[in-house]
Amino acid sequence: MLSKRIIPCLDVHDGRVVKGTNFVQLRDAGDPVELAALYDKEGADELIFLDITASSDKRETMVDVVRRTAEQVFIPFTIGGGLRTIEDIRRMLRAGADKIALNTSAVQTPRLIQEGAHAFGSQCIVVAIDARSTAPGRWEVYIHGGRTATGRDVLEWAAEAEALGAGEILLTSMDRDGTKIGYELELTKAVSRAVSLPVIASGGVGTLEHLAEGLTLGEADAVLAASIFHYKEYSIEEAKRYLAERGILVRKTGGLV
Amino acid sequence: MIGIVDYGRGNLRSVEKALEKVGYQAKIMNDPQELSEVDGLILPGVGAFADAMGALKIMDWIEPLTQFAHSGRPFLGICLGMQLLFEIGEEHGEHAGLGLLAGRVIKFPPGGKVPHMGWNSLNFEQSSRLLDGIPNQSDFYFVHSYYADPSESRDIIATSDYGIVFPAVVGRENVWGAQFHPEKSSPWGLKLLTNFGKLVNDNVALSSN
Repeated sequence: MLSKRIIPCLDVHDGRVVKGTNFVQLRDAGDPVELAALYDKEGADELIFLDITASSDKRETMVDVVRRTAEQVFIPFTIGGGLRTIEDIRRMLRAGADKIALNTSAVQTPRLIQEGAHAFGSQCIVVAIDARSTAPGRWEVYIHGGRTATGRDVLEWAAEAEALGAGEILLTSMDRDGTKIGYELELTKAVSRAVSLPVIASGGVGTLEHLAEGLTLGEADAVLAASIFHYKEYSIEEAKRYLAERGILVRKTGGLV
Repeated sequence: MIGIVDYGRGNLRSVEKALEKVGYQAKIMNDPQELSEVDGLILPGVGAFADAMGALKIMDWIEPLTQFAHSGRPFLGICLGMQLLFEIGEEHGEHAGLGLLAGRVIKFPPGGKVPHMGWNSLNFEQSSRLLDGIPNQSDFYFVHSYYADPSESRDIIATSDYGIVFPAVVGRENVWGAQFHPEKSSPWGLKLLTNFGKLVNDNVALSSN
């Protein structure tokens, strides 16, 4: 049967991995290619690189990271951040990425989802949604790295993205991001039920119990985490063992085989 | 030398890098003429069945691929490349495939999430050199919405379970298919590619004797 996935996320700024709290205060966490290769070895199921370099003249740095990662990493990896055109998508896929994530550009130009899915297949188009709570059971879509409110309802946007041909939803709770108090489970569950696409829960994980909750109570297909892995609070293997002990199906790797 | 067919559909670079990683030389080929230079062949692919067959047709790959398969040299289809080995694909209407294996390519029944995306385990149905040294129940990375339904069960080497049981590895004589992406299925996918490389080398040694 299909396993639940654990996905380390690497925020990349100027070719270095960084991690902030609530989208600011960046701390250096290492070389992206080295970290990616380490996570592959440790049994991560997939990787996501989010390019948080604002200026487009630094984009070449990211293409280089992708190219070098593809030479050493033999699990699927996704690139997101600043991709605005079909040509941007093509470049990343050509450099060796398996999927790309669209956020701001998808909200501003929804047909980019459609064109991307048509040109490269739905399986490589991930729509990333940054969500902020507005009222109980309601969430609003934010863009520009969480700086701009769009007035759009998260559940409606997720359903529209699916209809346009998205293959997966990467759902980040802005209220929880960097807080380490756990995923926003109501949000995750609501989006998982609103679409029939795989949903990756993101934002707020601080313990292994949070990972388990995201996959069970949140009904997510995959969980994304950054700092708990980067700062070696937990290893991927520990996370998998913890989940397996709770009856959650995970890929057997390393010592677990 | 292992050839990788470039018909504009798929992440060829990953397949090339994975083969290099396990010690085999690979060559991305966009000209069917080059088939005479290679000892083994990989047909990768993502996307839709009819679109891929159309691309192979326009680039004049169909007949050379068939000849290659009949030459006895090892031939591996990956993901959509595996599906193309069959006679008929039912994605967006009925379309002819390469017909190297008997059967059809059909859609997952409604109910589950499609595409089937992520890591799933294999159940070995028979032994195969392609799976040498890989433990039964090992996990591989899948992304697909359709699956192959071979007419002959003896062509099924391993299956996987996604609500229904479907073929994950197929093969007959020198032609194999993997529904998952071995190049993205570290560590066992790399082991499978190593096994394929060995099959290629052994076939070269055999032919030169």
